[in-house]
Amino acid sequence: MSTEPIDLSRNGNDVGTIGDRLARYIFFGCATVTIATTLAIVLVLVNGATDFFSTVSLTEFFTGTDWSPRAADNPSFGVLPLVWGTLMITVGSALIAIPIGTLTAIYLSEYASSRVRRVVKPTLEILAGIPTIVYGFFALSFITPILQQIYPGTGTFNAAAGAIVVGVMIIPMVSSISEDAMSSVPDSLRNAAYGLGATKLEVSTQVVLPASLSGILAAYVLAISRAIGETMAVTLAAGALAQVTMNPFAEIQTMTAYMVEIGTGDASVGSIGYQSLFAIGLTLFAMTFLMNVLSMWIRSRYREEYQ
Amino acid sequence: MSTSTDTSTTTTTRSGDPDGFDPDGDDLDFDFDGSSIKRKHQLGTIFLGLCFAATMVGIVALIALLADVLLEARGWLTWEFLTYPPSQIAENYVPNNYGELATGPGGMYPMIIGSIYLIIMTAIFTLFLGVGAAIYLEEYAPDSGLTRFIEANISNLAGVPSIVYGLLGLAVFVRAMQTGASLIAGALTLTLLILPIVIVQSQESLRAVPDSMRQASYGTGATKWQTIRNVVLPEAVPGIMTGIILSLSRAIGETAPILMVGAATTMFTPPDLTDPTGSFGAMPMQIYEWAKMPEAEFQHVAAAGIVVLLTILLLMNAVAIFIRNKYDKRS
Repeated sequence: MSTEPIDLSRNGNDVGTIGDRLARYIFFGCATVTIATTLAIVLVLVNGATDFFSTVSLTEFFTGTDWSPRAADNPSFGVLPLVWGTLMITVGSALIAIPIGTLTAIYLSEYASSRVRRVVKPTLEILAGIPTIVYGFFALSFITPILQQIYPGTGTFNAAAGAIVVGVMIIPMVSSISEDAMSSVPDSLRNAAYGLGATKLEVSTQVVLPASLSGILAAYVLAISRAIGETMAVTLAAGALAQVTMNPFAEIQTMTAYMVEIGTGDASVGSIGYQSLFAIGLTLFAMTFLMNVLSMWIRSRYREEYQ
Repeated sequence: MSTSTDTSTTTTTRSGDPDGFDPDGDDLDFDFDGSSIKRKHQLGTIFLGLCFAATMVGIVALIALLADVLLEARGWLTWEFLTYPPSQIAENYVPNNYGELATGPGGMYPMIIGSIYLIIMTAIFTLFLGVGAAIYLEEYAPDSGLTRFIEANISNLAGVPSIVYGLLGLAVFVRAMQTGASLIAGALTLTLLILPIVIVQSQESLRAVPDSMRQASYGTGATKWQTIRNVVLPEAVPGIMTGIILSLSRAIGETAPILMVGAATTMFTPPDLTDPTGSFGAMPMQIYEWAKMPEAEFQHVAAAGIVVLLTILLLMNAVAIFIRNKYDKRS
């Protein structure tokens, strides 16, 4: 604002009562809670994982293909089957959510009237607000029976049902963020293309889509990060059998599902099962952290600025 | 002429119509291939159909999910279900059996109360920490590296999986602070989980308060804290409340964090609000317990539990929307 000589909202009068002098520090304290949370997460995970890796070697953990932590005589801690399970769910749900979410965003941003958009967008966002445990129930009671009719070999617990419900769950993430990015592309770009004789299809796919690519890619990465960390739906739908399989109708176990299995069991503090929670948790945290940083980087690196 | 996009764009450029459709194409003096434009229109229609179908997938999935839950729950959601503790025997939940039971019907009363207590405590913690942090970042924070770091950190925290917060709660509150698998440990864990969202939404509400109001307050000689307390906060409260209620409605459905913290599944009495270190049950945890039971009856019981949970969610959202609309009318 050019009419203001000094921005008083930023450096207003701070002297006066004790309240005035205290307020700044109290509010700063509240803000530091968020930093303390991050520090605590890292410390807790690293601390627990260190205990775990004093028993199990890093090589065994990251390259082993057998995850049987409860075997009585020879427990094995190769994390690959769990990572594979997480990967199946993530790739499967991305294959569903990315095309559907992107096309939905194009429809809402380029084709739908503002009245339709005002109804459809919040309706789709309800999908993101439904507790994930409900999706797990939905997979067990609705999706899996349908899959069993199509492909009779489908087990009660299977990766496909998990991937489908997680895919549905993250559709609104892809569609809402992508739609915001597409809507912020200025109309002058669209009109210029129309002026050159482009059809609506060409404007949507060759002008709007490339212009909003950074926002769309960031939405994909965020949605994938969410799918990696998804817990309850996957635990209920995909099961608790850690194995490396190509069959989407077979039972698998994700990293998060293993954590639930140990969390509901009674692993005593200091036992290898309890420590493995933190090693898995650290792996999970590292994966989602990288995805979140990647999403932020995409957004800042490839942002197109429009007036 | 081929239908490749590049060549057809050139053609329609010369025809001069923005939609590439020229009803009077025959008065142009160049080689005009009407079938190419027809083809493009067909492609456009197909693409629109695809986009519309994709939009419908999400809506149909939502309808299927709600219909599935309601149909499975039909006949199982009774008054007794809301007012009795859970049971491990499937027959106890069947409404027809209620009369001849030795132990009384099965329900989820302790979990409903547990979830409500959990949310009340989470609301209190979140209100102070979330709004406090938002006030600091919007009103006090200098434009420094530290501030930018705090904000980047908050947006990263919002992307941490909820089960990792559960591990944090387990290691810090349950073990290190020795609160046990208690109501307070659950509430603190949920607070940390929703804090990033609450801070960002409160910041937006504070930012929406026009600077002219702050200037007017300073002009009367008010100090910064007086300005925040008497001018900025009252103006931003409806937006902040809406954000907090919506975040709490996310927290009440979270299963993974309270599961890691150790929410109980066979609680026969509701937790005691005067003793926050006691054990507690919560709705989503109990629903998980029912949903993984193999007996068919428990599927219906889980569905009935989900209907109760979704109803509470709906009520919370309705309150949030009510506050927002009331605020909109005044401004």
